[in-house]
Amino acid sequence: MTTPPSPRESVPVLQVRDIVKTYGGVTALNGVSLDLFPGEVLCLAGENGCGKSTLIKIISGVEKPDSGEIIVDGVAHPAMQPADAIKSGIQVIYQDFSLFPNLTVAENIVLTSAVADRRRLYSPAGSRPAAQAIVDELGLDLDLDADVDSLSVADKQLTAICRALVSDARVIVMDEPTTALTHTEVERLFALVQRLRDRGVALVFVSHKLDEVLQVSQRVTVLRSGRHVITADAATLDPRSVARHMTGRDVDDSRSVGLVPVEGPPVLEVVDLSLTGAYEGISFTLRRGEVLGVTGLLGSGRTEIAESLFGVLPAERGTVRVDGQEVRLHTIRDAVRAGIGYVPEDRLSQGLFMDRSIADNMIAGSLDAHRTRWRTVDRAGTRTTIRGLFDRLRIKAPNVAAPVRSLSGGNAQRVVLAKWLATKPKVLMLNGPTVGVDVGSKEEILAILRAEAAAGMGVIVISDDAPELVASCHRVLVIRQGRLAHTLEGEGISVDTIRERVAA
Amino acid sequence: MSGGLARFRGRNNEGVLAVVLLLLVVGMSVANPAFFSLSTGFSILRGSIVPLVFALGVLLVIISGGIDVSFAAIAVFAAYTTVKVAGSTALPLGVLGAFGLALVIGALLGLVNGLVIARFRLPTLIVTLGTQGIFKGVLLTYVGARFIADLPDSMAGLSTTNLLTIGSGQGRAQLHVLVLPAIALAVLLAWMLRRTMFGRSIYAIGGDQEAARRAGIRVMRTQVWVFALVGMMAAAGGMFHMIMGRSANPQDLVGGELDIIAAVVLGGASIFGGRGSVLGTVLGVLLVQVINNSLILVGVPSAWQRTAVGVLLIVGVGVQALAARRSARKVHANVIDQQEVAA
Repeated sequence: MTTPPSPRESVPVLQVRDIVKTYGGVTALNGVSLDLFPGEVLCLAGENGCGKSTLIKIISGVEKPDSGEIIVDGVAHPAMQPADAIKSGIQVIYQDFSLFPNLTVAENIVLTSAVADRRRLYSPAGSRPAAQAIVDELGLDLDLDADVDSLSVADKQLTAICRALVSDARVIVMDEPTTALTHTEVERLFALVQRLRDRGVALVFVSHKLDEVLQVSQRVTVLRSGRHVITADAATLDPRSVARHMTGRDVDDSRSVGLVPVEGPPVLEVVDLSLTGAYEGISFTLRRGEVLGVTGLLGSGRTEIAESLFGVLPAERGTVRVDGQEVRLHTIRDAVRAGIGYVPEDRLSQGLFMDRSIADNMIAGSLDAHRTRWRTVDRAGTRTTIRGLFDRLRIKAPNVAAPVRSLSGGNAQRVVLAKWLATKPKVLMLNGPTVGVDVGSKEEILAILRAEAAAGMGVIVISDDAPELVASCHRVLVIRQGRLAHTLEGEGISVDTIRERVAA
Repeated sequence: MSGGLARFRGRNNEGVLAVVLLLLVVGMSVANPAFFSLSTGFSILRGSIVPLVFALGVLLVIISGGIDVSFAAIAVFAAYTTVKVAGSTALPLGVLGAFGLALVIGALLGLVNGLVIARFRLPTLIVTLGTQGIFKGVLLTYVGARFIADLPDSMAGLSTTNLLTIGSGQGRAQLHVLVLPAIALAVLLAWMLRRTMFGRSIYAIGGDQEAARRAGIRVMRTQVWVFALVGMMAAAGGMFHMIMGRSANPQDLVGGELDIIAAVVLGGASIFGGRGSVLGTVLGVLLVQVINNSLILVGVPSAWQRTAVGVLLIVGVGVQALAARRSARKVHANVIDQQEVAA
């Protein structure tokens, strides 16, 4: 990788000075400052709830700081509006992309800059060349006339990047740009980042995947609980030291499962499971006490397999046995009755009642198990279950009555986990259990899963986070184009082999 | 689907709607040759004027991601108040003065909706449901509840003005002059939605409100303007209604909101916001009018008209939803294809 002239010799394009921001009584940011130089990538790291998102919103003018200022090219902006930020060359690529699904790619690309220019009229014919130019410059294959909601996630991301570039951005903030991308797409994004640096664009990169962060950035700024902890050259840091600065303690992500395969009795046996267009001839056995990883590219069929086992997307052929008993899995009810639990990919929309309390969410899946003889809810029983899980999963909240919406990503994920553990499943499947969860919580969630497995459950973790699979799985199945391509075991499980097998 | 066909079909299925309309007209003309005449055509156009003006207003709100059920109450409030004021000898208003007064009242009432919705971020349905009752209550209590059988002279003159009169006696076909402002409004609105940043902002807000805020669009201001515009359009529609009916009834219009919303949705506007077009709305309104007119001609009892519109609405929206689901599945399949190629 070529390095541009040392950034320290130039003038910062963006300076953030002593930003303080409080919401209600909670201090989200407490005197945070940072400098950003042209042509550098600065990584902003920190646990969920450390204030990263708030800082991004302040830089982009969506939120106003209580005190402190944003200086762009030497001009101070005490109260910046979103349109001002865009006008002064600051572009944010949000985690959810913030695109307009009902408009075409071309219009999405040009609309924000037209708003920033305070234009009154809009010309569809005039905006196309501008969009085309940026797509060509980046050498992308995007259909400018397609509606954005018809695009794949990766193309949506590219559209968001094009939009950031069309108005001569000098600062681009990318919030978790890689969560929705596969390994190859991430590589392509990094190549693009390099090209942007060569153009003198400064980038702020926010990601939970620490190895990625260190690969792409020159400097790293770590925030913890709204305070600036350290800013250092990326070369002087490794994932472990960044994690230590983020959490304030040592984080263990090394392989911490027994290398020897588990010898417990099989709890789930899948034989020749097939669903046309999704997957074909999948067979595997999950033993009691085992954590089984399932990985593969997005669209490889890994999610569909889990959904079939959970009765959402019933398989066409094949047999499934739970504890040796053959089961029919045509509906979710069938699966739950058979003792199979599933924590879906998008926990916010599929796994939680966001406005209800932690307690209500925890027992939402196991009400049948908590009833009295007269079919009313057994209050004492639910209280014991809730209290027990709340403590066992170490959920950080004032009390169990707090609404789930108020929790950070890692804690919300624990509530979903608690909901399923309350049903006492024999097999628990988790899809992307630590997506969007910070390193500290991630380690704890994985530890909980290992402990639950050790207590006699069979656990399936579906993930494309290779280090996570290495840290927690006894065996890893690699799915490619709907087929079981490899089974990795014991010493064969490493970050490199997993990535290699997935992409091969 | 080939490019030409896709273009004919339109972004909101306008092409499909046009074909359905055409088939209906042809079918009805075959079933009853009396249907296919200039006088039927003109009478359908006349009947479409008021629904179209209302529907264009509703279209704006629906594209912005909201819904307005208070427009009929605003229409009757503005028009009845204007008739009452213009009818009192103290303040003689010309036609333009009367319309000006109605538009100001409409804008103010729309502003009430807009300010409450944007300032307190309340659901549009609930707020307009509430203001609908408030507007109507205030009208009946403070302005008047009496049926006014004759309009002031200036407005009454307009009632009988025709743009075109063709033929004479029984076969006489008359085109009412008020089609002109209705057409002008449709053209103006189509231009505004397509070619102004205000129009594009309405689409953007309807597509994703938070994304619009982050893009620097002033969401609150735009919403307030949308509701003020809808209020003005409702007021104009109310005036047209009373002029063409040659009377002012404070109990009119309120209750017919859902028919208008149905026509807009039938015209391809998405009830979830972000999609819809003036052309589609015009076709939707015409379709409903043709059904109402033609069913009478072929001898179907008028009670079935509502059923027919209801069936059409569910079929129309259902077909669109199924098509959307199919194309979503296609995207999924494409993703797998691409990855297989890459692999």
